[in-house]
Amino acid sequence: MTATDTRAGSLVSTGRIGDSPPRPDGIIKAQGAFAFSSDLPIDGAMWGATLRSPHPYARIVSIDVTPAWKVPGVEAVVTAADVPGKETYGLIAADQPVFASDHVRYVGQPVAAIAADHPETCRRALAAIDVTYEVLEPLLDPEAAIAGDHPPIHPDGNILRHQRIRCGDVDAVGDVVVEGTYEIGMQDQAFLGLEAAVAVPDDDGLGIELHIATQWLHEDRKQVAACLGLADDRVRLVLGGVGGAFGAREDISLQVHACLLALRLRRPVRMAYSRAESFLGHVHRHPAKIWMRHHATADGRLVKVEARFVLDGGAFASTSSAVLLNAITHTQGPYRCLNAVVEGYAVRTNHLPCGAMRGFGVVQACFAHEGQMDRLAAACGLDPVEIRLRNAMETGDPLITGQVMESVAPVARCIRETAALPMPVEAVGQAADSGAQDAMRLPGGAGRTADVGHVRRGIGWGVAMKNLMYSEGFDDYSTARCGLADGVATLKFATAEVGQGFVTIAQQIARTVLGVQTVILEPIDTSIGSAGSTSASRQTWMSGGAVDAACRAVRERLFEHVGAIHGLDPLRLVIDGREVVDSLGDLRVAVDDVTTGVRFEETVEFHHRPTEELDADGQGNCHTAFAFVAHRAVVDVDPDLGLLKVIQVATAQDVGRALNPLSVLGQIEGGISQGLGLAVMEEIVQIDGVVRNASFTDYLLPTFLDMPDVVATLVEEPDPQAPLGAKGAGEPPCISVTPAIVAAVRNALAQFDAEQGRADRPFLARAPIRPSDIAL
Amino acid sequence: MSANYKLHVNGRTHDVADAWVGESLLYVLRERLGLMGSKGACEQGECGSCSVLLDGDLVCSCLVLAASAVDRPIVTVEGLGERGVPTDLQRAFVDAGGVQCGFCTPGLIVAAHALLERTPDPTLTEIREELSGNLCRCTGYGRIIEAVRRVADERHDRNGQA
Repeated sequence: MTATDTRAGSLVSTGRIGDSPPRPDGIIKAQGAFAFSSDLPIDGAMWGATLRSPHPYARIVSIDVTPAWKVPGVEAVVTAADVPGKETYGLIAADQPVFASDHVRYVGQPVAAIAADHPETCRRALAAIDVTYEVLEPLLDPEAAIAGDHPPIHPDGNILRHQRIRCGDVDAVGDVVVEGTYEIGMQDQAFLGLEAAVAVPDDDGLGIELHIATQWLHEDRKQVAACLGLADDRVRLVLGGVGGAFGAREDISLQVHACLLALRLRRPVRMAYSRAESFLGHVHRHPAKIWMRHHATADGRLVKVEARFVLDGGAFASTSSAVLLNAITHTQGPYRCLNAVVEGYAVRTNHLPCGAMRGFGVVQACFAHEGQMDRLAAACGLDPVEIRLRNAMETGDPLITGQVMESVAPVARCIRETAALPMPVEAVGQAADSGAQDAMRLPGGAGRTADVGHVRRGIGWGVAMKNLMYSEGFDDYSTARCGLADGVATLKFATAEVGQGFVTIAQQIARTVLGVQTVILEPIDTSIGSAGSTSASRQTWMSGGAVDAACRAVRERLFEHVGAIHGLDPLRLVIDGREVVDSLGDLRVAVDDVTTGVRFEETVEFHHRPTEELDADGQGNCHTAFAFVAHRAVVDVDPDLGLLKVIQVATAQDVGRALNPLSVLGQIEGGISQGLGLAVMEEIVQIDGVVRNASFTDYLLPTFLDMPDVVATLVEEPDPQAPLGAKGAGEPPCISVTPAIVAAVRNALAQFDAEQGRADRPFLARAPIRPSDIAL
Repeated sequence: MSANYKLHVNGRTHDVADAWVGESLLYVLRERLGLMGSKGACEQGECGSCSVLLDGDLVCSCLVLAASAVDRPIVTVEGLGERGVPTDLQRAFVDAGGVQCGFCTPGLIVAAHALLERTPDPTLTEIREELSGNLCRCTGYGRIIEAVRRVADERHDRNGQA
C-alpha cells in the first residue's frame, strides 16, 4: 500500500471520506498487542472483587465482614458505610446504591467489595462474608406494578415512567382492524471484552485515575466523582481498550467500586468481571409485552394505530424512561399514520435492571408493528411488500408526536432495493459455494439433522425507522480539537472507540478537510470536553461533526496564513488533494510545505438542534433525526422438530452517505447477527427472579454456523441536516431483521399447515422463537 | 498449593515460580508471563478468545491447567508474526474488515491459522464449522470469512506460481 498516489495531476491523500482505509488500530489488535481494559497490569496492583445479592428482594439484617479479613492476602473490605460521597448513582435518576445497605432488589446487586492479592483469594474472601437477609416477596409481574398490587420496592415507587400519545382522531375506525400481543425476551449485549478497569490513586490520596472500558467517559466521571465525594477535576478517566459495548457500558458497573478500593489502599486496584458476573453486572434489553391494534382502509392504508407497551425495567431506573419514549414514539414504524392512541409503561420489578442496548426501545416496537403489518397484509389480501410500500413514510409526513419528518426518508427505496436483491440460489440442504448436499446447511445442523423433505423455506419482511442521537431536550454535544503543523494533523476527542471505527473516520475527515496524509490521534480521556456517549447511532454525526468543524476552523487559519503570504483573499483558497489552491488563479502550494514551522490549533463544540420533551398527550418535537432500513429474511424450518436455519438476509439501509463503506458493511452484518440472535436464540431466563443461564454455555450467541449470507446495498441520499451527510448506521441493522426472521418462520409454517389442512396455529408473535413455538 | 515449573511458549522457556496450581494456562500466560494477547471472555471453552496451540493442537487455554502444560510447546498469538510485522492472515483480517473491537481477534487468528495449516483450501462450510468455536459479537463473521478465503486464495496462487 502506498501512502499517496497522484490523481488528476495533483497530490492526493489516501483514506479520505468515502474510502475504506484499514483501521489504525487493526494490526495491533490482530497481533494481540492492543491493550484492552483487562490487559493493564500495574506493579503492586491488588485485585478487586464484588459480593452480590443471592436474593431478588430481601432486607439486609446484618453484614459481618470480619471473616473475610481472616483470609490471608485480603487488603481491603468496603460496604455502603465506606462510601464517602453520594450513596447512589444512575444515568437519568440516581436511584441505585453503590452498595446495598437496607434492601437488595435484584439477584446480583452489589453488597460489598474486597481487594486482595490474587483472584482466588478474592473468591474465598467473598465467600467468607456473612450477610443475614430477611427474604421478602419479590415483585416479578410488571402488570402488578402497574396495577399497584405490590407495595413499593423502592422509595421512588414501582412505575419508572408512564407516557401516553394521543394524536389526531382518536375515535377513528378503519375498514380493516387487526390486533395482536407481542413478547420480546431479555437480551444481553454479550460484548466479548468483559467489564474491567484499573484504578490508580494519586500519591496524595485526593484524586484518582481510572482506566476503564466505557461508552461515555465524562458521564462516568460525573457519577464516580459524586460517589467518591471528589471534585470532577480530581477524577481523571482514560479509555481502556473497549471490547464491544452495544449499550452495556453506558451505566456504572465496577467504576466506583474500583476507585473506592484504590483510594482506601492508596494502591492501584484491578477489577475484572467473570462472564457469569457480567450478566449480573450490566443492564440488558428490556423484555416487553406489547399490544397493538391497527386500523386501515380496505386497500390497506393505515388509519390509526393503538398500542399498549409494558417494559420491565428491573430493579433500577437506568435509562428506562428514555427507552420507553423511543418505544412508544416508534409505534407507527416507518409508515404514514395520522391517528394514534398509545399507552406506555416502564415499571420497576425485582428482575435484572434494564437499560440501553443497540436499538434502544425501537427493537421492541418494531417487532410488534411489523407483525401487525403482516396481519394487515393478510387481512387486506395484499403482499407483505405491497402493504409496506403503500404506507411508506416520506419526508414531510407528520409523526404521531406531531413532529414533522424532516430527515431524508427513503423508505420505499429501501424496500424496493431490498426486494431487488438476489434470492439464495442453493436449495434446502445445499452448500452455497459447491451446490453439494451439506448437512450443516440444514436446520439443526449435522447432529439432529432435519429431513430435507420436511423442511419448508419461508420468506419474511421487516422495515424500521430509528431515531438518531439523544431526544427530549437533552443538550447533546461533542468536543474535538484539531492541530496542524508540519503537514501533520493531530486530533483530540473523548469519543469512546468501542470497535465501531470512529478512529478510522476521524482520520478520513481530517485528511479530506485539511489535505494531509498523516493524522495522529491523541489518547482518549477526560482532558478535553465531553464527546457524549457512543450510543444512539450518534458518534458519526456528533463527533464526526465536531472533528469536521475543528478541522474546518484550522483550515480557515491555514487559508489566512497562505493568503497573507501570497497577498490573496483567503476566501479564494480551497484544498485540492494535498494542496492549497487559488480557485481564481494559478497558486498551488503543498499543505506540507506551507505548514512547515507553523502550528494552528482549534477546539470546537458541536451541538445538534434542540429537541423538546413530550407533553401529557405525547406531543412534541422530541427527536433529532431518523434513519430507515428494510430486511428480507429467508429461513428454512423443520416444523416437526421445531428447528430452523436462517439462510439469507437481504437489506437496503439508508445511511445518508457512507463515509467508510467497509465500516458500514461491518455494522450491517454485525447488527444482523445480533438481531438474528434475538429472533431465534438469545434470552436471559429468570425464574422466580433468579437468572438461570448466566454463561455462554447456556445463553446462546450466533456462531459462524448460525450466520446466514448477508446481501446488502447502501441507500445513499446525503441528509442536509447531517454535518457530513452521513446518518448513524449502528442501530438500524439489528432492528427490523428480528421481525423479518420471525415472519419468515411464520411463512414457512403457513406452507406446511396449508399442506396439512390445519388452520389452528396461533400467530407466532414472540422473540426469541423456541422450538416449542414451532413444533406444536 | 504452590509450585515451580517451566512453560515453553513461542519457542522460549519461561520459569513460573510459586504459582497456585489451580491457575489456568490462560491466567499464567497473561498474569505471570505478561502475554496479554490471549483473552478471557467466558472461562468455559465456549468463546475461543483464549485459543492457543498446545502440541500443535488448537485448545482453549482457559480449560487447560498451566501446570499440566509443562514440557509441551505452546504457541500464542504473539508467536504468529513479529510485532509490527503481521502475517498474511493478520493483515487480511484488518484489510477485509474482520476486526472491529478486536477482542475476539487474537483467538480467531490462532484458530484460522490452525485451520489453514490443516486445510489450506477450505470450503465455506469448513471455514464456518472449524471457526464456530470462536465467538465474535461485532462483525457477524462475514468479513472474517472473507479474510480467510482471501488468504487461502493468495497462498494458493503463490504456491501455484512457485
